[in-house]
Amino acid sequence: MRLQKNIKKTVYHVFVIAFGFFMIYPVLWMISGSFKDNGEILRGTLSLIPEEWKLSNYTTGWKGFGGVSFATFFKNSFFITVVATFGTVASSSLIAYALSRIKFKGRNFWFGCMLITMMLPGQVLMIPQYLLYYKMNMVPGYMPLILPYFCGQAFFIYQMMQFMTSIPRELDEAATIDGCSKYSIFFHIILPLLKPSIVTTVIIQFYWKWDDYMGPLLYLSKPQSYTVSIAIKLFADSSSTTDYGAMFAMSTLSLLPVFLIFLFFNRYLVDGIGTSGLKG
Amino acid sequence: MKEKSGTTSGFRKFLYNDNTVGYVFAAPFIIGFICFSLIPILTSFYYAFTDYSLGTKTAEFVGLKNFLKLFQDEVFHKSLWITLKYVFLSVPLKLIFALLVAFLLTRKSKMVTLYRSLYYVPSLVGGSVAVALVWKQLFARKGLFNTVLDGLGLNGINWFGDQGLALIPLILMSVWQFGSSMIIFAAGLKEIPGTYYEAARIDGANGFQMFRKITLPCLSPIILYNLVMQTISAFMAFTQASIITQGGPNNSTMLYALYVYNQAFKYNDMGYASAMSWFMLVVMCGITAIIFKTSKLWVFSESGD
Repeated sequence: MRLQKNIKKTVYHVFVIAFGFFMIYPVLWMISGSFKDNGEILRGTLSLIPEEWKLSNYTTGWKGFGGVSFATFFKNSFFITVVATFGTVASSSLIAYALSRIKFKGRNFWFGCMLITMMLPGQVLMIPQYLLYYKMNMVPGYMPLILPYFCGQAFFIYQMMQFMTSIPRELDEAATIDGCSKYSIFFHIILPLLKPSIVTTVIIQFYWKWDDYMGPLLYLSKPQSYTVSIAIKLFADSSSTTDYGAMFAMSTLSLLPVFLIFLFFNRYLVDGIGTSGLKG
Repeated sequence: MKEKSGTTSGFRKFLYNDNTVGYVFAAPFIIGFICFSLIPILTSFYYAFTDYSLGTKTAEFVGLKNFLKLFQDEVFHKSLWITLKYVFLSVPLKLIFALLVAFLLTRKSKMVTLYRSLYYVPSLVGGSVAVALVWKQLFARKGLFNTVLDGLGLNGINWFGDQGLALIPLILMSVWQFGSSMIIFAAGLKEIPGTYYEAARIDGANGFQMFRKITLPCLSPIILYNLVMQTISAFMAFTQASIITQGGPNNSTMLYALYVYNQAFKYNDMGYASAMSWFMLVVMCGITAIIFKTSKLWVFSESGD
């Protein structure tokens, strides 16, 4: 009986690991491809171990295009991502506090608007927003990629509101009796307690923004201002034959920040998505 | 800043009034909503009735011309059809797959958390250009998939050269990113009280019956949430099609978002692209409404009815 149970358990774990390996195989294949010779990649070999380790993919890839190296692309991506993520956290937490804790006139109306923006497909707004930024002389530039994030992101506002419902209202009441205003309640009570939700927001927003392709495609035109996602695409665009090794090398590097964050914070991420729901 | 004491207290009263506090904190959203959602969507409604090219032609009112063009544009019909096909295949497959994996990972074991992280990796990186380029290579003429088929003694498939097949790699890529749906399902499964299953077991129910009569009804609100969110994001799919196939061959993977993008930024036909955006909005509202309406039939609510 006991033996049977152990066998069952082992079969389960072996199956789950094997299937998981199959699932992440494309990612592993990319990483191994970054050390492979072009010829080997094009033959479509299954092997994850390169016949010959070719580190030069990284040095040739890093050189970038037209004298602009990947150092610039990474710097641009970091700048946009960090600023936009900061904006998202700062604004979304303020808005979530208003919508979940303050009884003001029109609250339900604005809450409804927030839900609408959450459900509104971004592609519908793509053209009109572009025209708006164009009229405001912000194209090409970083402004359209950053500015809207300081106005809150509906998905994260909603997530933070859900989290706030778990913060007991008695805390607010006690603070009010002690003479705290609604402003200081936010900064001294709600904000510190909101930390887990903020961490989830930071991680998810970071990798969404880092991976963003359409935004930079629309709003950036000079190679000096390109983000990593646009730059990687250039490998496939180049009129001469594609250097697959270099492309996979830079692709691997481009996923490194995402992996690192995931590695350190994956508990927060998995819990955060689980409690709040996540699209994408 | 300094005011007379009387007005100061009035000002303080105003400042600490709930209405003021509410609007102060909600201000970023209200400004953003008006500037980045409301105004663009209203102006695009106007542009949908105009002939408009950036830089060369100012918006000129043309009535329903753009909408009539929609009815005649064959690429548009194809694009709409392909997008619907993509949504109706990828979303259910992804949700079923996510639910199965979530179910598989409900065991009480320390390893399960680790496994969930592992299975989340495709979702973590799947939206990136990097992985899209890898995908393109996997399904290339001499790519990994054809190598496997060769090994099995089958003929390789020209995935991106065949109109009937080119959409499949894109659908598979979407299904592959099942991670976030899986985690939401897993959280939902954890919420189902174990006593339900115990009671069913005593009554002699088997695993499949329990799944159908307990798991699915209890999970139905979460299924609805995932269904709506995934449907919306599937309608918006852009990166994959733009990078892997560029809409080809012969527009057989011309997903809607990509076609709108091309009309606007390749052909600089902003009026027509705006009309297409609006058409999309109406279609999506319709589909979301249908999902919500029919949800009354299958979503089980705790309050009971």
